[in-house]
Amino acid sequence: MTVDLTVDLCGVRLRSPVLAASGCFGFGRELAGWLDLDRVGAVVTKSVSLEPRRGRPTPRMAETPSGMLNAIGLQNPGVEAFCATDLPFLAGAGATVVASLVGRSAGEFGRLAARLAGEDAVHLLELNLSCPNVEHRGEVFATDPAAAAEVVRVVKAAAGQPVLAKLTADVTDLVAVARAVVDAGADGLTLINTLLGMAVDVRRRRPKLAAVTGGLSGPAIRPVAVRCVWQAATALPGVPIVGTGGVATAEDAAELLLVGATAVAVGTASFVNPEAVVEVAAGLERYLAAQGVGSAAELAALFKAER
Amino acid sequence: MTPLREACEVLGRRRVGAYHALTLVAPRIAAAARPGQFVELLAGEERSFLLRRPFSIHRAALGAIEVVFDVVGPGTRALSRLRPHDPVDALGPLGRPFAPPPAPTRCLLVGGGYGTAALFFLAEELLARRCRVDFAVGAATAGRLFDAMGAKRLGHTLTVTTDDGSAGRRGLVTDPLPALLERSQVGQVFACGPMPMLAAVSRVAGQHGVPCQVAVEELMACGTGICFTCVVPVADPRRPDGAARMARSCLEGPVFDGAAIAWGELVAP
Repeated sequence: MTVDLTVDLCGVRLRSPVLAASGCFGFGRELAGWLDLDRVGAVVTKSVSLEPRRGRPTPRMAETPSGMLNAIGLQNPGVEAFCATDLPFLAGAGATVVASLVGRSAGEFGRLAARLAGEDAVHLLELNLSCPNVEHRGEVFATDPAAAAEVVRVVKAAAGQPVLAKLTADVTDLVAVARAVVDAGADGLTLINTLLGMAVDVRRRRPKLAAVTGGLSGPAIRPVAVRCVWQAATALPGVPIVGTGGVATAEDAAELLLVGATAVAVGTASFVNPEAVVEVAAGLERYLAAQGVGSAAELAALFKAER
Repeated sequence: MTPLREACEVLGRRRVGAYHALTLVAPRIAAAARPGQFVELLAGEERSFLLRRPFSIHRAALGAIEVVFDVVGPGTRALSRLRPHDPVDALGPLGRPFAPPPAPTRCLLVGGGYGTAALFFLAEELLARRCRVDFAVGAATAGRLFDAMGAKRLGHTLTVTTDDGSAGRRGLVTDPLPALLERSQVGQVFACGPMPMLAAVSRVAGQHGVPCQVAVEELMACGTGICFTCVVPVADPRRPDGAARMARSCLEGPVFDGAAIAWGELVAP
């Protein structure tokens, strides 16, 4: 049977529900020699800030069971360099682009959204409200419903594209934060960011990361992502969700789609296999055909919550 | 040129002193590989660790590549148990290679521990370009030197140092460098080994006005430029404040001009 992989994400038609997650695909250019960017559901860029950021010192990474900790610290060339070099490249490659934005205040997020409002190469915005690798926990807006909602309100007033709010599972009540950002105008949610973690070199009796703590990603966090998507989709029916966290195979993607995600994003798996995003999409097509399901968008309705 | 993903087969694995040398049938990577470049290897289906492991290419010839490694964790332990015909998935050749001098030049190759392995591939290329090759190799102990006999065969001269004096002279590999640089009219230094060694070699070469290329070893998650883990601080001439920028060693390196790296910014190991 033929399977329709296209999905509608906040009014943007994607050729596949499998996206490349922010921070795990560079700015697209890096992997252009490994796969065709126009076969990727959408490229979610590494987070872009108003000014260039150098990021954290090394070591920035520590491998953990079925996962890894990173403390990159949002290294990026700044929004002007992004618009001058990365966006034209992505547009030329035919990529659907989700620009991930990061700021230290609601005002910074708003100025970023305003700067990109007229950029036709940007199809959606994703607000990184939840990166754990920041100097102050106060910058993790998604730990506070009111702070997260304020960023969304300011961005929506300036934005030219639909807005996804990327949230963290490191909260007591994820649904409260999700509801707050949706009420503030977010068009959709991205769930979840890395989880704040830490690892110790016991021989040297020091943290493994220069930044001491870092974000945990990879298959280790997938059950948390599935739970978060399920909770948010159940509480906020109709709100589009990009599910992300440890997706490495088509079955992993199907899991998130079944519990209510509109699309999924492949992150850490791209570090191991540069072609992971398109291979997961191809596997998802085979899975849907084997299940006798005609389109990716139908999957959530076929989920049976009772065992 | 775009690197490749190649399904390889283990040709053989042998012990070299404290290290393992793994040879893979990898005709496409072998044909494209240049000295200083690396591969990212993945072996085994069921793993609790996810990431590939990066290794400098020790040799590339006749459709095969060889890498040298020390067993330091679960990834290298798994690779140390591979047997002939086992499958290994490889990405490569990755990164920027050493730049050989444009004309025959006296070259000093400085290796620390298993870092020496990457210099053998380079020595073969330099010799083919009619360069003179001298080796200075060091390690903590005699057992942790990589194939000193091989270096002796390839090089015009070999100078050995060990931290404990169990082979060659006692001390650091940088100790004999000033004399070597003064005596033999070296026109180019190449180095591969731990970061503190590369910092010291770059400093000594700089003091003698000799250009120095170093192949760095930083923790790396991907090898393809997307994770931003393997950065090294390099001087950024465009910045008026002189602040270094963080360059990805998988894309801009692993070979850098030793004088361009802001060694003072690196966290002491």
